[in-house]
Amino acid sequence: MRSVHKLSVALAAAATLVLAACSGSGGDASANGPVTLTWWHNRTTEPMKSLWQQIADDFHKSHPDVSFTIEPLQNEQFQTKMPLALQGNTPPDIFQQWGGGSLKSQLTSGKLGDITQASSSWIGPLGQSAKGWQVDGKQYGVPYQMHAVGFWYRKDLFATAGVTSPPSTLDELNAAVAKLKAAKLVPIAVGGKDRWPDAFYYNYFAIRQCSVDALKKAVEKTELSDPCFTKAGENLKTFLDTKPFQDGFVGTPAQQGAGSSAGMLANGQAAMELQGDWNPDVMQALSEDKNLDSKIGWFPFPSVPGGQGDPNAVLGGGDGFSCTSRAAKACADFLGYLVGEEVQKKLAATGSGLPVHPAAVASLKTETHKQIAEYTAKAPHLQFYLDIAFPTNVGQALNDAIANFFAGQGGPDTIVQSVTKAAAGNK
Amino acid sequence: MSTATSARPLTAPSSHAPRAGGTPRRSRTRTRLELALLLAPGLVLFVGFVLVPIGVAAFYSLYSWNGFGPLTEFVGLDNYVDAFSGEVFRGAIGHNLIIATLTVVVQLPLSIGLALLLNRRLRGRTFLRMVVFAPYVLSEAVTAVIWLLMLQPGGFVDQVLRGAGLGWAVQQWLADPKIVLYTLFVVITWKYIGFGVILLLAGLQGIPAELREAAALDGASSWQVTRHVVLPLLGPTIRVWIFLAVIGSLQLFDLVWIMTLGGPANASTTMATYLIDHGFKRYEFGFGSAVAVILFIICFTFALLYQRFALRRDTDGALTRAVN
Repeated sequence: MRSVHKLSVALAAAATLVLAACSGSGGDASANGPVTLTWWHNRTTEPMKSLWQQIADDFHKSHPDVSFTIEPLQNEQFQTKMPLALQGNTPPDIFQQWGGGSLKSQLTSGKLGDITQASSSWIGPLGQSAKGWQVDGKQYGVPYQMHAVGFWYRKDLFATAGVTSPPSTLDELNAAVAKLKAAKLVPIAVGGKDRWPDAFYYNYFAIRQCSVDALKKAVEKTELSDPCFTKAGENLKTFLDTKPFQDGFVGTPAQQGAGSSAGMLANGQAAMELQGDWNPDVMQALSEDKNLDSKIGWFPFPSVPGGQGDPNAVLGGGDGFSCTSRAAKACADFLGYLVGEEVQKKLAATGSGLPVHPAAVASLKTETHKQIAEYTAKAPHLQFYLDIAFPTNVGQALNDAIANFFAGQGGPDTIVQSVTKAAAGNK
Repeated sequence: MSTATSARPLTAPSSHAPRAGGTPRRSRTRTRLELALLLAPGLVLFVGFVLVPIGVAAFYSLYSWNGFGPLTEFVGLDNYVDAFSGEVFRGAIGHNLIIATLTVVVQLPLSIGLALLLNRRLRGRTFLRMVVFAPYVLSEAVTAVIWLLMLQPGGFVDQVLRGAGLGWAVQQWLADPKIVLYTLFVVITWKYIGFGVILLLAGLQGIPAELREAAALDGASSWQVTRHVVLPLLGPTIRVWIFLAVIGSLQLFDLVWIMTLGGPANASTTMATYLIDHGFKRYEFGFGSAVAVILFIICFTFALLYQRFALRRDTDGALTRAVN
């Protein structure tokens, strides 16, 4: 009867939480007076873990009425804990929020706090970054740092292969791939096992192929019906046919171990990787090389000939926080503090992401991160990762279809249809 | 007295009759009290954490529900129809069955062979037993991460093969959809062989030495002793092992989730990874519950049939007849 046990323990945990949700209602702390905010964030490692604690302590000093109970949780735990918590009557007051479609899904719980009013005085400097945390024009959270995806490359391997400057067009990228191959090097590493790194490629080919309007419409209507999305898939196919990746890339993890795609770049076994701005930290953890930073460069995803997309539009997302309605006012005040210049400078100095406040860009640790921040700030359009922009089930179905495409299954049509099918509720 | 006992057929054999002291009524009340006292805590936990959740999951499975907000969209059995009409889930069931079959066909003879070997008096026996059992002590997550790193192209496994002159055998262990399931099976075998060996060793200890000696005196060769004396007496242990191994194969999750996430292209998806992928990653809790119910029914049906037809003689008397 082990079967019954194993399954039911998990289900029981779910059930008890859900049952607890049905009894009683939460207290109301919106009135003035001392309030303790429960804060769930995803920074389980240093230096950010201590920094959040310190920032909370600082805020408590200047606002003695507001205290914090902080719970750091792993990203994976958020996926399972948030639905249960938002069903329960004691959800956290502040919690990690990636925005986009998952924010929209969470909104149906009726527990999220609308901070449009409360944030109006300080949200200005965030500009278009804040848009991902809006639903129907209302602000349900704010990012405290942004992320952008681009190519990380090894300057030394580029030199070995005779690639003189980072590619700025797709043709130049293809030429670089050919030169690297001729030099018996792996041109690009990709963490295909984890699926989301594959999705970066399709996302970027779509961004370069489709006009900003077409992208916005696609997210709004949850469909990829514009022909440019099929064309993006065809472009991706042509690119995959040049075989730019390492052997067995569909089984490679993105960040685990020296054999992962980040590890390959860190240890000079591959020349490029399309990844987020967080990659240097990941690579450093997988390499003994103390001078790694100086060997690594960054360039934006190249322009694609014939596309209607803006060659300077950037793919990214961000880390933010949402408030639940119990203590939305105090929570919003605290979020205002987080995105203010002072805290933003501290966050930027950790190098864990791009600041949302323009004044903090100068505090970034490395020149590469400053380059990314400037590129992102100038970008005419910041496209949210499609899997985050779409409702969660659709986004995951899309990533699966792209990963299958990388493994040789399906075509550009399949990718487009995966969104249509998932949006219609088909499995 | 008659009201209390008439409903129950009097099956108590005569050997139970001479009870020491006390009227039957008093001893019955006491027995009931004892039973209530001993069973209640377990029963409450069992109902609360096993039966209720199964019921709740079955209830959720009738709705289209993303986990947030109230259950409003009743869809009847649509979730079940969707699951079975999806190629990926049908594939997942197939993968579970392949693993279960391979487990019985490959792991069992291997375990028996190793157990027979380690049951002999040989130098370093304790050490060898430890070596065989060690992987079982590792958590599945640790095992999965170790093997994930070792199986990368050019990784430890490939280097060992090349070093041994078997370079031609090198494959894309986790990246080739045709191979990945069998790669996983090898890792599963590496991890769980120790469990089978320990179980069978315990079974072997229970076989009286006299029987083997008697067979040997009658002129049986060592193969004949093994085949006609040891193996039949090992039967109950083997049957329990098969039960545990098949149920384990049907619920396979941790290793697959960490090593491949069910990929590439769903070539190693199992029912449990499919469940988590849809239930939690895609926030389709209604659909996920339906898959959980299907998995439960498959395991439960197997468990019942196996108990009824294979384990019956082993458990006869212990489970099938009233103790009182």
